[in-house]
Amino acid sequence: MKRLLQKIPDSLLRVGSVFIVFITVVLLIRSLIPASLKNSEEHRNATVEREVAHPVKHAGSEVCADCHEQYELKKTGYHKNLACETCHGAAQAHSEDQEIKPVLNRKREACTLCHLFNPSRPTGFPQINPVVHNPGKQCITCHNPHDPKPPRVPKDCQACHEQIERTKAVSPHVQLDCTTCHTVNEQHKITPRVVKANIPNDRTFCGKCHANDSKIKETPKVDLSTHGEKYLCWECHYPHMPEVN
Amino acid sequence: MNPANEHLYEMLRQVSGYIYPNEVEFHWSILIVVYPYLTGLVAGAFILASLVKVFKVKQLQPVYRLSMLTALSFMIIAPLPLQMHLGHWERSYEIFLTPNFTSAMAMFGFVYAWYLMVVLLLEIWFTYRRDLIRWTDTDKPVMRFVHRALALFSKDTSEEGEKFDMKAVKFITIIGIPSAFLLHGYVGFIFGSIKANPWWSSVLIPIVFLFSAIVSGIAMVMLLYMVVTPLRGQKIEMVCVDKMASFLFVAVVIDFSLEMLDFIHRLYESEESIKILSDLVMNKLFISLGIVQVLLGMIVPLALILFIKLFRVDEELRKLFYFLGAILIQIGIFATRWNVVMGGQMFSKSFRGLTVYKMDITGIEGLLMTLILLLMPFAILWVLIKVLPPWDASPSPSLH
Amino acid sequence: MERRRFFGKGFTLLAQYGLISSVFKRASAEPKDYDASKHYYGMGIQVNKCIGCGKCMEACKEENGVSKEPFYFRTWVERYSIKKDGEVIVQSIDPRIDTLGNTVSEKDVMRSFFVPKLCNQCDHPPCVQVCPVGATFKTDDGVILVDSERCIGCRYCIQACPYGARYLNPETSTADKCTFCYHRITKGMLPACVEVCPTQARIFGDTRSTASPLTRFKRMFKLHVLKPSLNTDPKVQYADLDGEVR
Repeated sequence: MKRLLQKIPDSLLRVGSVFIVFITVVLLIRSLIPASLKNSEEHRNATVEREVAHPVKHAGSEVCADCHEQYELKKTGYHKNLACETCHGAAQAHSEDQEIKPVLNRKREACTLCHLFNPSRPTGFPQINPVVHNPGKQCITCHNPHDPKPPRVPKDCQACHEQIERTKAVSPHVQLDCTTCHTVNEQHKITPRVVKANIPNDRTFCGKCHANDSKIKETPKVDLSTHGEKYLCWECHYPHMPEVN
Repeated sequence: MNPANEHLYEMLRQVSGYIYPNEVEFHWSILIVVYPYLTGLVAGAFILASLVKVFKVKQLQPVYRLSMLTALSFMIIAPLPLQMHLGHWERSYEIFLTPNFTSAMAMFGFVYAWYLMVVLLLEIWFTYRRDLIRWTDTDKPVMRFVHRALALFSKDTSEEGEKFDMKAVKFITIIGIPSAFLLHGYVGFIFGSIKANPWWSSVLIPIVFLFSAIVSGIAMVMLLYMVVTPLRGQKIEMVCVDKMASFLFVAVVIDFSLEMLDFIHRLYESEESIKILSDLVMNKLFISLGIVQVLLGMIVPLALILFIKLFRVDEELRKLFYFLGAILIQIGIFATRWNVVMGGQMFSKSFRGLTVYKMDITGIEGLLMTLILLLMPFAILWVLIKVLPPWDASPSPSLH
Repeated sequence: MERRRFFGKGFTLLAQYGLISSVFKRASAEPKDYDASKHYYGMGIQVNKCIGCGKCMEACKEENGVSKEPFYFRTWVERYSIKKDGEVIVQSIDPRIDTLGNTVSEKDVMRSFFVPKLCNQCDHPPCVQVCPVGATFKTDDGVILVDSERCIGCRYCIQACPYGARYLNPETSTADKCTFCYHRITKGMLPACVEVCPTQARIFGDTRSTASPLTRFKRMFKLHVLKPSLNTDPKVQYADLDGEVR
């Protein structure tokens, strides 16, 4: 043994022992560290537990139904898919302690958050132009938020063509009645697919308002003889929501 | 508005186009620029040293020990900026407890430990062992003990012992070169492997990092040698400096070509991100990339060294040019790190907007701390030079 | 917790304590009637239904205690306006961080829509791949969580996320993100954003169920994910997604 050690150069022996001591110390420290600190699996379980234990703030609509009768009303209306907490805010605390009141915002802004006209909103989503739609008035004076209905019962065309009606309502053609452009046989209301409503069939119809020689003011004008060549107007323009310029 | 978030609102005002809301906060500060800069110097200085031992470039013998000590002093500081930048520096030990082996960053501890202990310290020890023993003869008491302890109380001054030391040094250097490549290539990989970020995600990044590391390391040792030698009242050996300049020249040319290749490749492939990256380069990085990194950091130093090579220039002017070139290269390489780290965060991953980086002056991630971190290696080097004078070597048998 | 005591008290005592306490803690708090391995969650988003009201963002912050400042979002909504000249304008619907305001004229817009965003709960999550200490991970039911007691705050995961879904929680200085409201879904509830969405633009469910709103969504629509070229395999899928969205 001694002879073997003598064969190893002195310097290597010294460095080697330093390394061995160092590695031993490192391993020793590592072995003294509680296994739980080194176990990824346990850390993950602890994290999952922590996440699961996070307090719930939004109680869910079913909880509201226990006490609030408005839930029954809402269930059948246009707002049936809205959670109570969409408008009233997180209410788990309220469900546990009724002294804590949820949000009750009666202002116009509470409704226009969703229903203000915004060109990025999907076509047909009910929207208003706040300047012409009863400015300054609270929405809830006409609409019950738990059972919102358009103030008029849908009748005539919009009973079926609701999406078109809504689209038109925020378009430059808002002032036009459906019958301005469509002539409708009474039979259409009974067998709508058999007897169809008439649609304009030539360019001169739109020309009544939009031709250069039209007497109607403040509409965009074009020269029918050169504009759009062979196309009919509605092959480029969508009459229920014509582009603004 | 919470006053603690004032800086975020301030950042918001600088945003152009659209960035994701969570991108308003700038995550990797200047400390993360300092980190690859320092490791680059380590790798570069070590590779310069290995030129002497492995490739037997005798002209560089005067800077061999200096470059080893330079590498060591930068190595000691290199992990500090990383550590200080962590949200929870006190938890950093976890990287050893539960390292995630798919994470490049988790390998940091291992790469660092390997390089520091197995390569740098060992090589320095074997290089210095005999001199440490020799110095104890003339040392004052305190220093005598320090030197003895550093020599691990070895008293072996035999010829065989010394021959073994030389063999060991050579062996370690041979391991050391790939290790140095690994060290800095790895730092590049941290950035290069982020597929979410088109500015970083490039297979060339680790190689570019490596060559810019070599460039910065050689230039740093050159600078140090040209400053320290006159301070000691010695004459600068121009053969050595000329040789360093030659290697520097080659390294800069390779580095420059690689970066141009990366640039042209991106431009030619012109992927989805090209528009925002062009905006980034033209608007946010024009000065730090176009002017500082490429023009001042590469083209001017190349021109200076080329001028010396082409024309017979007298010694004083050569020194001036080398000195100027080496300083410009340091600034240029720092700008390189800046452009990688900051550039990668100045554009949104939506590719639709740009933001800015606002540096603090004070604070842990501020300018003052950065300067302190950049100066600390020199303080350590000063101590190392005091304890292990690199120029007081006994004649080595293998080189004569 | 363990760790704090580990450094507070003596070494040996603690080694024993750490082991015992962890065993006890796990036994008591594991949800009894929930088996994570029986679920695998996903979300569907129908872009055409989003009205950009921002209720989801609000509810998320409330439910998860996310800072109310507009720089930390687990979910957010983007507004896209593709102009007639092809230019794409993207805005945040939170007015505090929308730097453009009402500068886009309706006249110049060709098409416009809202897109809700959140963590995609990738099946190949780059954030999990890069976390040096394994503090972020995928649960058995497919949700990516962050261990806030072990995250070291290096922010590598934030850099690695292609979707900008992560932020540094300003209170804990650790990475944070959407958890699909893990505390809710494990109790059979919906994530808060899904719960409050007034138009059902968000559909949440178990990807393994044979009939569920999510399954129906997947049968009925042509689906797409964000940044598919990055191969992150998101579990959040979009219907009616415009090519300009990224």
